Amino acid sequence: MTPDIDKLTKLAAQVRRDILRMVHGCQSGHPGGSLGCADYFVALYFHALKHNTKFDMDGKGEDLFFLSNGHISPVWYSVLARAGYFEVSELSTFRKIDSRLQGHPTTHEGLPGIRVASGSLGQGMSVAIGAALAKKLNNDGRIVYSLHGDGELQEGQTWEAAMYASHNKVDNLISAIDVNGQQIDGSTENVLSLGNLRAKWEAFGWDVLDMNGNDMADVVRVLDLALAKTGKGKPIMILMQTMMGNGIDFMMHSHKWHGVAPNDEQLALALAQVEETHGDY
Amino acid sequence: MKKYTYTEKKDTRSGFGAGLLEAGKKNEQVVALCADLIGSLKMDAFIKEFPDRFFQIGIAEANMMGIAAGLTIGGKIPFTGTFANFSTGRVYDQIRQSIAYSDKNVKICASHAGLTLGEDGATHQILEDIGMMKMLPGMTVINPCDYNQTKAATIAIAEHHGPVYLRFGRPVVPVFTDPDQKFEIGKAWMVNEGTDVSIFATGHLVWKAIEAGEKLAELGINAEIINIHTIKPLDEEAVLKSVAKTGCVVTAEEHNRYGGLGDSIAQVLSRNNPVPQEYVAVNDSFGESGTPDQLMKKYGLDTDDIISAVQRVIKRK
Repeated sequence: MTPDIDKLTKLAAQVRRDILRMVHGCQSGHPGGSLGCADYFVALYFHALKHNTKFDMDGKGEDLFFLSNGHISPVWYSVLARAGYFEVSELSTFRKIDSRLQGHPTTHEGLPGIRVASGSLGQGMSVAIGAALAKKLNNDGRIVYSLHGDGELQEGQTWEAAMYASHNKVDNLISAIDVNGQQIDGSTENVLSLGNLRAKWEAFGWDVLDMNGNDMADVVRVLDLALAKTGKGKPIMILMQTMMGNGIDFMMHSHKWHGVAPNDEQLALALAQVEETHGDY
Repeated sequence: MKKYTYTEKKDTRSGFGAGLLEAGKKNEQVVALCADLIGSLKMDAFIKEFPDRFFQIGIAEANMMGIAAGLTIGGKIPFTGTFANFSTGRVYDQIRQSIAYSDKNVKICASHAGLTLGEDGATHQILEDIGMMKMLPGMTVINPCDYNQTKAATIAIAEHHGPVYLRFGRPVVPVFTDPDQKFEIGKAWMVNEGTDVSIFATGHLVWKAIEAGEKLAELGINAEIINIHTIKPLDEEAVLKSVAKTGCVVTAEEHNRYGGLGDSIAQVLSRNNPVPQEYVAVNDSFGESGTPDQLMKKYGLDTDDIISAVQRVIKRK
C-alpha cells in the first residue's frame, strides 16, 4: 500500500501541537527532541508497525517498539493516543499527579502501549534485543523497533548491546538514533563528540541506513527499506537526522528547548506555526 | 535440640544448577543467560539440555539485565547468572528501571555472595547485596541455606510471577535439609523449637546456627532456630510468634550489618514488640582474601560468634 505522505504530514502537525500543549500544560517536559521525532513516530505507528491498539504486554504476532530516550515521552503519548491506545483527552494529564502519563514512560501505571520503563538512559537497546530474541524463540516473524538519542550513545550499555546484536545476528531489530546533535549541556560535538556514527555502527557489525527524519517521504522510504533488510543476519541501524524543535522556528537550532516548556506567549507563537489538523485534545 | 546430620557437603551454586535444569524441564518458557561464568554458576547441564534457550551475553552484565527484561515480553522466564557483586551493585539501575519498576518476571541468580567467595578478595565479596535488592519495591529476596534448599528455591521461583533475587554461594557446605522439600517463598522454616532466644539465620549461617544451638543446649540454653530463607517478603508472623515466646533475638547473616536480615527483623520488632537484638553480621567493612573458614572467623560470622551473641542478648532481657 502506498502511504499517503500528505496525510501523515498533517497528522505530524497535530502531534506537534499536542507536544507543545502538553509541556505547556504542566510547565515541564522535553519539547525539543519530541518535536524533532514527530515525523518518525507518526510514520512508525501509522505506516510501519503491525500492531494492535488492544494492548497486550507480550505482543505476540505484533511489531514492538521501545523508546530508550524516554524523556521524549510527549511525542510517544500523543501518537499512542492518536493511534487509539487511549483517549486523546488523557494527554492533558501529562506529568500531573495521579496520571498514567508519567514524566518518563512506565508500565507501572498501566498505560497501554508501554512495555518497559525508560528515562535512565542507555537501557532500551538491551530490552529491545531481549524482546527480539523472544520473538525468535516463539517463531514470531514480526519486528522489534527501538529509538535512541544521540547523546544517549555516551552511555556504555548501548555498545554492549550493539556488540551482542551483531554477534548473535539479531536481524529482526530495527533501531534508530535521533541524530539532532544536541544534549542538555550543549552540542554533542562540544560535550562529548560521537565521531563518525556510520563508521562506528558498521564497525560494530550493523547494517546502517541514513534518514532525513524531518522529511516524511524519506522517513517512510527508509522505514520500508529497513524492513526489507531484516532477516539477513544483521541488526539494522537508522541514523535519523532531525532538527531538535523541528516545526517551530524559535525552538530550532539550539539545545535550549531540550527540556524547557514554553510560556503562554511562546505557546501562542508556536501553535501559530503548526496547523490543527485533527482537533486539539 | 533437634538433631541435624549431614552425609555430604555441596555448594549451593550446584543446587542452583540442578534446580535450573529441573525448572527448564518443567516449563519450556524458562530461559537462562550468563555473563561469561557458566562453570562458576553451574549452568552447564541446562545449556546441554536446552542450547536454544541459553544466551551467552559475554562480560556485559548491564546488557544481560536489559535482555532478560526484554525476554519476558513474549512470555519467557529468564534466569540471569553471574556473581552476586555483578548481579546487583554493578547493574542496580538496570534492575531498578528495566526490571523492578517495569515489573518484569526476571530471576536474578547470584553466586559467590559474601565472604565465603574467599581468595578473590573484597572486590568480589559483596556484603551489601541483600540491602540493595530488598529496597526495590516488588523484589523478592531469597538466600537459601544448602544445596537442597537452593535447588528447591530455584524451582519455586520459576513458578512465581515477579522479579526475584536468589542469592547463593561458592563453598561446599553441609547438606542437611530434605531433598524433596517443597520451597514456600516467604514462609520461614522452623529448624528447632526453643524458649530462651530466637536465632534468625539465613544462608550459610543457618548451619552455623544449628552448631551453635547444640553447644548452647549443653550450656542449658534452649535456642529457637528459624531459617529465614526469604528475606523479602519477610515472614513477620513467624518472627513475632517466636519472639513472643523467647523475648530476645540474634540475627545471623553473611552480609553487612547495615541493610541485611538483621535490619529487616529489627524493623518488625520495633513496630510490634521491641526486644533486645544482637547482630551476627559483618561490622560495616569490606572483606579480604583468605579461605572461607578464615574469613568467617575473622569477620565474626562463626559458630562461636553466634553463641556469644546469644549469651549477650539473654543478659539484656
